[in-house]
Amino acid sequence: MIGYPANSILVLVEVSPSGQLRSGAAELIGAAASVGSAVALALAPTGNAERLGTELAALGAAQVLISETEEHASSVVVPAVDALAAAAAVVAPEAVLTANSIRGRDAAARFAARSGSALALDAVGISRDEEGIIAHHSVYGGAYLVDSAASTGALVITLRQGSSDLRSEAQPSNVQQLPVAASGAPEATITAYRETAAASSRPELRGADIVVSGGRGLGSGENFSLVEGLADALGGAIGASRAAVDAGYVAQTMQVGQTGVTVAPQLYIALGISGAIQHRAGMQTSKTIIAINKDPDAPIFDIADFGVVGDIFTVVPQLVAAIEAKRG
Amino acid sequence: MKIIVLMKEVPDTYGERTLDLETGLLNRSASEPVLDEITERALEVALSHREKDANTEVVLLTVGPAGTLPATLRKGLAMGADRAVHVQDPALLGADLSLTAQVIAAAAKHIGFDLVIAGNASTDGGGGALPSMLTELFGVAGLASLSTVAIDELTVSGSCNTEFDSYEASIDLPGVISVTEALPDARFPNFKGIMAAKKKPFETLDLAQLGIVIDQETARSIVISAAQRPARNAGIRIEDAGDAGDQIAEFLAQNQLIKGRSA
Ligand SMILES: Cc1cc2nc3c(=O)[nH]c(=O)nc-3n(C[C@H](O)[C@H](O)[C@H](O)COP(=O)(O)OP(=O)(O)OC[C@H]3O[C@@H](n4cnc5c(N)ncnc54)[C@H](O)[C@@H]3O)c2cc1C
Repeated sequence: MIGYPANSILVLVEVSPSGQLRSGAAELIGAAASVGSAVALALAPTGNAERLGTELAALGAAQVLISETEEHASSVVVPAVDALAAAAAVVAPEAVLTANSIRGRDAAARFAARSGSALALDAVGISRDEEGIIAHHSVYGGAYLVDSAASTGALVITLRQGSSDLRSEAQPSNVQQLPVAASGAPEATITAYRETAAASSRPELRGADIVVSGGRGLGSGENFSLVEGLADALGGAIGASRAAVDAGYVAQTMQVGQTGVTVAPQLYIALGISGAIQHRAGMQTSKTIIAINKDPDAPIFDIADFGVVGDIFTVVPQLVAAIEAKRG
Repeated sequence: MKIIVLMKEVPDTYGERTLDLETGLLNRSASEPVLDEITERALEVALSHREKDANTEVVLLTVGPAGTLPATLRKGLAMGADRAVHVQDPALLGADLSLTAQVIAAAAKHIGFDLVIAGNASTDGGGGALPSMLTELFGVAGLASLSTVAIDELTVSGSCNTEFDSYEASIDLPGVISVTEALPDARFPNFKGIMAAKKKPFETLDLAQLGIVIDQETARSIVISAAQRPARNAGIRIEDAGDAGDQIAEFLAQNQLIKGRSA
């Protein structure tokens, strides 16, 4: 039998149907290791345990539990909830951490309901005090900082993707297979499946240092190449307003704001975006904000460190050329 | 078919939203309450199904304080829902997700359902967890964050775009789904709907009527501190006089935001 330290943090990492680690594992393990001993849990098709164990140890997991299951590829969430329940029973963690991704949140919420644990959603960081683990939240578009904790028992936390820079040192590989008893809870049946994880050379929007976003002012999907050109000149990621998404210029996954992705990069550039309060909610804690808009009264200027009243179709090409020139 | 739509009252995101720094709770009086837009889209899914299958009952369910909620919920009735159930109890002030899920689950069982539809996230609290918690508490099947939905007598199917993949899936009813804002905007209530809403059944329940006794030993998520971030101020603003692109590049360079050509 192996023991688990009293300060174990159980971390659910996401794995593709073919057994590859999804991005985000380093962030989750880094956050967990900053407050305790990170125990990583992954579900994977048979034959991947050793390799995943090594990869997760390299990211800082002190211990790794792998539930090998052929259902991994064909299921939505139930095997993950069952695995969390099985892992929590052996590890007795101080907290359980997942990504605040669609699947991570689904699994965390169901596990919290099943185990009667307290749930803290969309944390931007975790820490500890004498009484235990604390989740930090940034709410109402970052206007408030709220800390939460569990009244008793392990706190189940979903961590906003790209919100934490903490990374852990590599640990010696220590991997175990986790036997999981199926709960038999009714599960959805997947009828069609497609990988969409970007084969893009650009950084991911979540967690990017630089984000260039385009709004309705772009006028069309083709014109979004203007946004892409500037993003590429700066090595940044691409975002969009909801109006740009609704108009079909770009995919919904690029939406920044209240009901999209929340970002807090070093630099955020808003092109042809008015700065509606719901858009600002997703970007106003960025370190530096630059806005280009032809309307001098656009509310985006209220929060911009550098605002240009002008036409994006003339200013941006000049800007891209000037950046290239400065870089030499 | 009986469809329960979970409705949520939130502060209008067009106004300023404030937290009470003593309790960490929303200042309800400080902002205009509205139905969360995503829950209106969830209702639209139910109402458009009823247009195809007249043998459908659409019941609104909400949990929240007495105040403005009944009036806010009327809008859902005016849009076309058949009736509404409002759970309110002073003991629910500051309820965390676990308690809220327990209460909604009890109320949904009281109403009875084939399908529960909710929004995938609320504008005031991140959210997105409640439908999943209900799925687990009911022991039924669920699908979270659907961007398309097809309902028939025995199943619900739809598509989901996650951060990494996208899939189509189906569940057998009874079940719980949550929908994203990729689904169509909700219809506006018309005059006839508004008049009809006044006569539609509106049931108010408290915890005792649902047979819920709040267990003080149960694990709860509690707010231990709340603080306001300083507001952001406007910086430099220039009118483009033909060199704005160069000026931005200069600003970027001064702030070390232009990286070398590494890749
Ligand atoms: C519940 C709810 C949730 C929402 N969630 C989000 C969200 O997550 N994210 C989000 O972004 N929005 C969200 N919205 C929508 C939000 O209210 C705005 O409608 C949206 O942000 C507007 O997008 P926009 O700035 O691109 O478009 P507009 O407001 O139409 O602004 C376009 C801007 O482009 C400028 N422009 C046009 N042409 C040019 C040019 N050639 N050069 C320079 N400038 C130009 C115009 O002056 C204008 O300011 C939400 C709304 C609600 C009610």
